[in-house]
Amino acid sequence: MNIQDIRSQFPILDQEVNGKPLVYLDSSATSQKPIQVIEAVEKYYREYNSNVHRGVHTLGTRATDAYEGAREKVRKFINAKSIQEIIFTRGTTTSLNTVAASYAAANLKQGDEIVITYMEHHSNIIPWQQVAKRTGAELKYIPLQEDGTISLEDVRATITDQTKVVSVMQVSNVLGSINPIKEIAKIAHDHGAIMVVDGAQSAPHMKIDVQDLDCDFLAFSGHKMCAPTGIGVLYGKKHLLENMEPIEFGGEMIDFVHLHESTWKELPWKFEGGTPIIAGAIGLGAAIDFLNDIGLDNIAQHEHKLAAYALDKLSSVEGITIYGPHDGDKRAGLVTFNLTDVHPHDVATVLDAEGIAVRAGHHCAQPLMRWLKQSATARASFYLYNNEEDIDKLCEGLVKTKEYFSDVF
Amino acid sequence: MSSNIDLDALYRRVIMDHYKKPRNRGILEDGSHTINMNNPTCGDRIQLTFKVIDGVVEDCRFEGEGCSISMSSASMMTQSIKGKKVEEALKLSKVFSDMMQGKEIDEDLDLGDIEALHGVSKFPARIKCATLAWKAMEKGLNEGEQE
Repeated sequence: MNIQDIRSQFPILDQEVNGKPLVYLDSSATSQKPIQVIEAVEKYYREYNSNVHRGVHTLGTRATDAYEGAREKVRKFINAKSIQEIIFTRGTTTSLNTVAASYAAANLKQGDEIVITYMEHHSNIIPWQQVAKRTGAELKYIPLQEDGTISLEDVRATITDQTKVVSVMQVSNVLGSINPIKEIAKIAHDHGAIMVVDGAQSAPHMKIDVQDLDCDFLAFSGHKMCAPTGIGVLYGKKHLLENMEPIEFGGEMIDFVHLHESTWKELPWKFEGGTPIIAGAIGLGAAIDFLNDIGLDNIAQHEHKLAAYALDKLSSVEGITIYGPHDGDKRAGLVTFNLTDVHPHDVATVLDAEGIAVRAGHHCAQPLMRWLKQSATARASFYLYNNEEDIDKLCEGLVKTKEYFSDVF
Repeated sequence: MSSNIDLDALYRRVIMDHYKKPRNRGILEDGSHTINMNNPTCGDRIQLTFKVIDGVVEDCRFEGEGCSISMSSASMMTQSIKGKKVEEALKLSKVFSDMMQGKEIDEDLDLGDIEALHGVSKFPARIKCATLAWKAMEKGLNEGEQE
């Protein structure tokens, strides 16, 4: 993997921010886009912008072929059995809400349980809170270990025969921990529950095989994996999707419309009401081609190496606290931390003055922040275009931050 | 190559002094009303307790969690409204809001320490940090008026 070559394919990285070369360490929030993706989207708008699945004109056919071609790329990317199992959505949030509002709202009742974990992103908490309120089901949480991992003993202790839905993130956007989805899915299935996976932080960074994981649903976003914002994916097992009702109704998703009744298109289109996110899907297809060319295993390996390097380097910064597993092999490419006596917003502002972009805040994980006993943290997250030099600059920036604040005090 | 961002314009000495030694931090046990507010995008939160007697803010305390800008702004806010009439405090909040938007401020106004927060207006990402305490004060006093 030639990082210099990869970097050169991301035009945005070649710029100065506040008079310093940009060091982009916020890919967990959104990734940058390679020229291949930008050009694919531009080409659609310049050459064959048209609506899909309607009309017979040439541009419409080209657009439809490209849109459906992207669906096939997604299918292969996660090794789904059929394109009928691939639904394009607006992103992970919409995908998870679809499962909650369609599958869970129809199948859960009082006395049933929904099981999630303390580390979930708000988008994998609130939809279930709403389902619990509406159906009378109970929302339960799998606790965390000291290092921010999940133990299978706790999983076994939390999931019962009353559990109908288990929904867990594959990679934590705060702790960087990688959860044992395959094992959790097995336990869920043993109790007759379905397994939902929030893949927002895993799909961009590691190979996912939905058949191997045996998950029932998988949700992920395009914009965190080099594709445009506004496109995401919901994978679902066909027999589950077939028995689910759409949650959005209108054009595109219908078969016959009568005055008082209508019928739906077959899968996956019954879940894609309205003109779909055509340019986004085409961009996602291009992003998948780009990632496949480099290889997801290579990307994962590169990020593990960066995580290990970052853990090692950052540990030497005086007064730093690092959250999550302290073993580079056990974590994804992100490091969440705090500096003693300097609030993360102030850390992020000083780093920004150095051209370094990090995230500061609660990372849409307030229950986890309370577990960490922090109101906010700073996070540096890596992707295939980051290198060790970026992490060196982050460390220098943090030392400067410490100095700056000890100076003003 | 040096950064073209002047951090000293943001982190003025008087701001850091308020951050390190906050004035009026705590809770008024005999307060006349309380307001809680948070900034959902970043996790900052503030609680204000007021003692308003005959339309005058006799006392005000703050409690909360946040960055240097939000906490020092809260400290300065409490300092500046103590002893003022409710309508004067609300007027000051408007002046502060104008200052954050980079609008011209009446030069004759004596803003005291608050003037030091002027530099925040040049850091758009941090304006919400500075305004949290003021918005809470405005809401708290307005609600208190209605009671």
